[in-house]
Amino acid sequence: MFYREAGDFKTSYREDSQTFPIKFDRLRYYAVLVVAFGIVPLFINDYWANAVAVPFLIYAIAAIGLNILVGYAGQVSLGTGGFMAVGAYAVYKLMTAFPDVNIFFHVIIAGFITAAVGVIFGLPSLRIKGFYLAVATLAAQFFLVWLFNKVPWFYNYSASGQINAPERTVFGVFVTGAQTSAMAKYMFCLVMLTLVALVARNLTRGTVGRKWMAIRDMDIAAEIIGVNPLTTKLSAFAVSSFFIGIAGALFFAVYLGAAEVGEAFGIQKSFLILFMVIIGGLGSIFGSFAGAAFLVLLPVFLKNVLVGTLGWPTDLAAHIELMIVGGLIVAFLIAEPHGLAQLWRVAKEKLRLWPFPH
Amino acid sequence: MKDMNEGYVTADGRQIGGVIMEMKNITLRFGGVVAIKDISFDIREGEIRAIIGPNGAGKSSMLNVISGFYIPTEGEVFYKGIKRGPMKPYQVARLGIARTFQNIALFDGMSVLDNIMTGRLTHMKKGLMSQAGWWWTGAAAEEHENREKVEKIIDFLEIQNIRKTPVGRLPYGLKKRVELARALAAEPKILLLDEPMAGMNVEEKEDMSRFILDVNDEFGTTIVLIEHDMGVVMDLSDRVVVMDYGKKIGDGTPDEVRSNQDVIDAYLGVAHD
Ligand SMILES: Nc1ncnc2c1ncn2[C@@H]1O[C@H](COP(=O)(O)OP(=O)(O)OP(=O)(O)O)[C@@H](O)[C@H]1O
Ligand SMILES: [Mg+2]
Repeated sequence: MFYREAGDFKTSYREDSQTFPIKFDRLRYYAVLVVAFGIVPLFINDYWANAVAVPFLIYAIAAIGLNILVGYAGQVSLGTGGFMAVGAYAVYKLMTAFPDVNIFFHVIIAGFITAAVGVIFGLPSLRIKGFYLAVATLAAQFFLVWLFNKVPWFYNYSASGQINAPERTVFGVFVTGAQTSAMAKYMFCLVMLTLVALVARNLTRGTVGRKWMAIRDMDIAAEIIGVNPLTTKLSAFAVSSFFIGIAGALFFAVYLGAAEVGEAFGIQKSFLILFMVIIGGLGSIFGSFAGAAFLVLLPVFLKNVLVGTLGWPTDLAAHIELMIVGGLIVAFLIAEPHGLAQLWRVAKEKLRLWPFPH
Repeated sequence: MKDMNEGYVTADGRQIGGVIMEMKNITLRFGGVVAIKDISFDIREGEIRAIIGPNGAGKSSMLNVISGFYIPTEGEVFYKGIKRGPMKPYQVARLGIARTFQNIALFDGMSVLDNIMTGRLTHMKKGLMSQAGWWWTGAAAEEHENREKVEKIIDFLEIQNIRKTPVGRLPYGLKKRVELARALAAEPKILLLDEPMAGMNVEEKEDMSRFILDVNDEFGTTIVLIEHDMGVVMDLSDRVVVMDYGKKIGDGTPDEVRSNQDVIDAYLGVAHD
């Protein structure tokens, strides 16, 4: 079919402000939903769930969260790992303290707790910007990891210092613990991601999103047209941390099952998610998906091709992965700050005009 | 001079009201630099008030005092008869004062439409939670109501065809127009324009003059205007304040100002671009 807006006239502002204004985009979006909810669950197995699908879903949530802060509101953060840890420990404490409450609510509440913590660590953003803010959030990262290691209350005084997710069900199906099926993990995270993406989309297409972008693009002008920089920046930290907290909760409870804070939520996590946002595209929800997919798939792909097919040693493949990611970060930062999402947009633009480019 | 509190009708039939804003003995210092020295003047409801003067005279600084961006070192600002305490700029915006900047201050990463929509922020009340719900919570309805108002302004300023263009890609003259649109979207009581025609060609200047007159005429918006082009100032404004080295050296109708000897000496005599 042709990718066109011709003959697809908008007769109301409601239609014009649709998420996917072009009919073809809308159809493809529904197709993705049908595949994700209806078809993938039928075929998913443990390998695909653990190596690709579940990490992708969870990282996409975290990337959307970080993108709100960095891409939309223009505030730097290197504390993502620490905030994911807050979500993980919050959900752990909730699961063990209130075993009768459904885990779905625990995950959401863990998000709210992380939002509150995010707001506290967002306070410096009212006075400092850019590099200095990055350093402040880096301090938050190290502080939070240290805190969860240091205070035994957080890991319920367990001898190992680890946290272990108890078994919990949703509608009678296990979603955490050893008995959880690949499909249950996948579906639970998919539902969460869908909700997160919807909320993120709604926030970014309205007043709140415009306030964030106004602060990002020119904070002085934003203030003069009536944007309160204090509440706007803190709301970005809150919403961003809310999503990142949910991602952390899922990463621990559903994906890992057991976690040690420094290992699961260290500074590498902060960078990984920042790279997803940069490669995927700053200020784009679709970009968050693209970045997460790319960085989850890349190692799997390299491992299968280089190690599996060509028989190269594993550590060499790992080094090549680092080089590729590093190169891409530099390339995107210099040439295309809006990432894969922009490349996709440009391709669509070309397609829309094709075959008459003028 | 006309009576302080009574309104009057201009030669071209516009209604000018009483004093809406009054600046009393404003002084503004930046460290050692005195940008404004003990200046008083008033702004009447519905009038076009020009501020003129050579480069560095302190005009933009004065506009920043009016918009609440600078807090004067000395002196008082009265708005609708009430003394205005120290306020944050975003609080002043909520009083109905909007402005454009000498160096365009648009949000470059956003489309023309989104930029203008930001002008409606002070009228949009839905909070974070209802934004998250969108259709269910009425945020969408609020968005569309405000979008309709913005579309009227887009029609009014004749920028329909660039609605979806990212602002960063626009030429200078159009950027100025979008900035005016954003300020108008706020439906301000007072509109502050800092050199809205700087760097424009004759045709663009004519367009802009027409828009300014239409805004004033159709919406009754009070306009404070800084402009270097004397022809434009004399054509557009009801009253003019003349500044030089931070001091007020003239205040009155264009004709009065034109025949004021101090002004002629200090300003009109000086070659100017
Ligand atoms: N933020 C500031 N800090 C220090 N000095 C300033 C500041 N803003 C303005 N000034 C000084 O105040 C004086 C008046 O500046 P202002 O920008 O108000 O002049 P202007 O009349 O708008 O000039 P122009 O026609 O060039 O725009 C100048 O000497 C300027 O250097
Ligand atoms: Mg100036």
